[in-house]
Amino acid sequence: MSMIHVNTKVNGDEAEFLCDPRETLLDVLRDQLNLTGSKEGCGTGDCGACSVTLDGRLVCSCLVLAVEAEGHEIGTVEGIAEGETLHPLQQKFIEYAALQCGICTPGILVAAKSLLEKNPDPTESEVRYWLAGNLCRCTGYDKIIRAVMDTAKDMREAS
Amino acid sequence: MALDDQKGGFKFIGTRPNRPDGLDKVTGRARFGADAHASGMLHAAILRSPHAHARIKKIDTSRAEAAKGVKAIVTRADFTQSLQPAPGMKGENWNILENVMAGDTALYDGHAVAAVAATSALAAKDALKLIEVEYEPLPHVTDVDKAMQADAPVIREGVAAGTVPKGLHPNVAGYHESGHGDVEAGFAEADLVVEDHFVTEATHQGYIEPHACLAQLGADGKGELWCCTQGHWNVQKVCAALLDLETSQLRVTASEIGGGFGGKTAVFIEPVALALSRKANRPVKLVMSRAEVFRATGPTSSTSMDVKIGMKKDGTITAAQGVFRLQGGAFPGAPADMTAMCAFAPYALKNVHQIGYDVMTNRPKQAAYRAPGSPMAAFGVESVIDELCNQLGLDPLDTRLKNASHEGTKASYGPKFQRIGLVETLEAAKAHPHYTAPLKPGQGRGISCGFWFNHGGETAVSLALSEDGTVQLAVGTPDIGGSRASMALMAAEVLGVPYDNIRVIIADTASLGYNEISHGSRVTYASGLATIKAAEDAVKKLCARAAAKWGIPEDAVKWEDGCAVPSGPNAGEFPPMPIAEITRKMGATGGPICGHFEATPEGAGVSFATHIVDSEVDPETGKTSVVRYTVVQDAGKAIHPTYVEGQFQGGAAQGIGWALNEEYIYGEDGRLQNPLFLDYRIPVASDLPMIDTVIVEVPNPGHPYGVRGVGETSICPPLAAIANAVSAAAGVRMRQLPMSPPRILEALEKQAGDG
Ligand code: FES
Ligand code: FES
Repeated sequence: MSMIHVNTKVNGDEAEFLCDPRETLLDVLRDQLNLTGSKEGCGTGDCGACSVTLDGRLVCSCLVLAVEAEGHEIGTVEGIAEGETLHPLQQKFIEYAALQCGICTPGILVAAKSLLEKNPDPTESEVRYWLAGNLCRCTGYDKIIRAVMDTAKDMREAS
Repeated sequence: MALDDQKGGFKFIGTRPNRPDGLDKVTGRARFGADAHASGMLHAAILRSPHAHARIKKIDTSRAEAAKGVKAIVTRADFTQSLQPAPGMKGENWNILENVMAGDTALYDGHAVAAVAATSALAAKDALKLIEVEYEPLPHVTDVDKAMQADAPVIREGVAAGTVPKGLHPNVAGYHESGHGDVEAGFAEADLVVEDHFVTEATHQGYIEPHACLAQLGADGKGELWCCTQGHWNVQKVCAALLDLETSQLRVTASEIGGGFGGKTAVFIEPVALALSRKANRPVKLVMSRAEVFRATGPTSSTSMDVKIGMKKDGTITAAQGVFRLQGGAFPGAPADMTAMCAFAPYALKNVHQIGYDVMTNRPKQAAYRAPGSPMAAFGVESVIDELCNQLGLDPLDTRLKNASHEGTKASYGPKFQRIGLVETLEAAKAHPHYTAPLKPGQGRGISCGFWFNHGGETAVSLALSEDGTVQLAVGTPDIGGSRASMALMAAEVLGVPYDNIRVIIADTASLGYNEISHGSRVTYASGLATIKAAEDAVKKLCARAAAKWGIPEDAVKWEDGCAVPSGPNAGEFPPMPIAEITRKMGATGGPICGHFEATPEGAGVSFATHIVDSEVDPETGKTSVVRYTVVQDAGKAIHPTYVEGQFQGGAAQGIGWALNEEYIYGEDGRLQNPLFLDYRIPVASDLPMIDTVIVEVPNPGHPYGVRGVGETSICPPLAAIANAVSAAAGVRMRQLPMSPPRILEALEKQAGDG
């Protein structure tokens, strides 16, 4: 099968690659662009470990074909911090121990950031339903939900 | 150091600093199993049996070998020929080999039969389709009770361990029996005897990271392996045996690990990747798909259990008896013994008897899952106790307190308990506002106790001081949930240096002595104990350098707050000598200063928990929700309380999934019908409430700071506590897990019909 040339932007930088039409965006991010922060937990859109943004919209990168990225902007966990400065969510996740093994963390951070951009003052239920597509097997979600709610509060107070 | 000396005197222990690997894990920088690359790397894929049980008559790989990009194909012939099957667990390496790559028979849906390495993952997957396997399907059995019946197909003759009584079906691979007293006499003394049958389904550990590895093995027998595992020394040992290597020639590095819960104590793909690498003479990366994880790793045993308990009107248990049948998949090793031994451990019983059967079926080999066996046993036992309390009009918490095991109790499984904290957890639960909070209509409350042994195991730790007085600590137990932080806290406590001055690494197999798998909740206990001892070893050497400098005897120097100081007025007058002052000159005063410790600590200290659950049942749909959850557990001493809470919460959440939703579903054809997260649904954020925690601290006499393992006990009570809550809410006793909506509706309808 012949390879397809794709032009895209990842975390603000231009990125181009050749891919098999069957490859997913997740495959290319991880195997070609060496952005292994996005994880494959299932490959079927059920775990959210591969969460990225596509033109600002939250998607499972395992469900996006790499060729579909042509001309679009992708945001991954590697782009959440601004240089050395962590995003408040990242800071709070460490402080609250909102991760145990940490494999779900990149996806959850991408998803939570996208929630707070849309809704800076979510209720607990809103956070729980927004993150319902992101599986975490370690924490029981308690500390994750608290970390997100508290970050939202801090960010509201800071703005 | 005596425990009493430590009380309240901690500077670092019990604080909640940020974990040392936090930054890596929130930025995507941390490298997990599938995140490694090597130049010239090939990608591998495994061909798996679509049959539950089938003779493999022929495997033709010629077309696949000719395919574009294919560099190597392996089958069973590419592994050692020197291992032999043996009864029970004696032939375990052969069992592992047989599970890793089928021999002449595929034993379950998903059993590996061949593997390919090719230049891309897609090429490897494409090549699988070109491998031709000729199967002769055989009769299969996937249910534990059916597998014990006379007409059940035999999975493999001659597996039964010597302890299995004669006359049982050959699928019974193991047998355990224990207890004390006279149960018949005990039942005769009871005012009420309740006997019931319970069933639980197999559940998967459900770690979000699929198994993954990167292997390099040369014709010279030297290898490098990177993999996500709970125990890389075990991987090293097993791979060496399966591939005829010298153990030390294979260096294994543990990646960051994306969850394990027991499921990554076993070896599945690493020998396959090494065999492919040896054949292709290139590095090989092998990553499981989620469906492969479900079909061919884990899950826990499904069970069929009978529990009988006698009670007096005042709540005294007079006798208890249980039979536990565990479905272990196509190999021996289901934790029938541990299930039976844990079952009645929370209670001080005069008369108790338990039997466990380890039964083989055409399913994947069961793997450890957090306190293997204990949650299921507790489900049966604690449901019967709940029923007795209901019928006798007794408070379930007071009744448990009345019968609770304590220091000096002869445990149901034999030994005498040392200092334990069950009574303290029950009392804390009773005092918790949750226990007396009013319930809404349609809600029910359940409680349960739970028990786990905990474990020590072979452990080696090494600690090196740098010239600036900072510390490098090498441990051999993968960090699954923040253990680097606990290790650094314990080292800081002994050395008196800031927590941030300690860098903790998970060493590879070439850098430390053997470290047993991270299992049995042993990490904070055993690696922690070894860390303390290694730090004390370094302190001794630091004091010796100070003594030499001051010209006084070594025992006239003690260590205080990161400084050597004279031990008393007779030792002489010297200003405190800080660690950095000693290490700066260590090259000239005797060379590098390191501390190390190697041992097999035995004092792990058992632990207990009590959980309180409120649940709500919708009688229209059968949907159940958990509306409030409180975990009370004895941690001995919480080194980093936030991560202890995390273990409590995680165990409870997994228990909720197991109790309400998760199950392996096999069709008549013996194939797994739900090998995806879509159909095997683990709890998501919107399914759960906040999970409250109470850390009880009854110090373990076997650890310098009193630590007891906390990872596993937290999953022991949930099945029973939730079943008791749901039974109360639904008004009908639930005897089968998961309590999914169809099962709840069935129970409600049956009850309506009976009434
Ligand atoms: S890997 Fe994409 S949702 Fe699981
Ligand atoms: S922290 Fe392990 S899966 Fe979320």
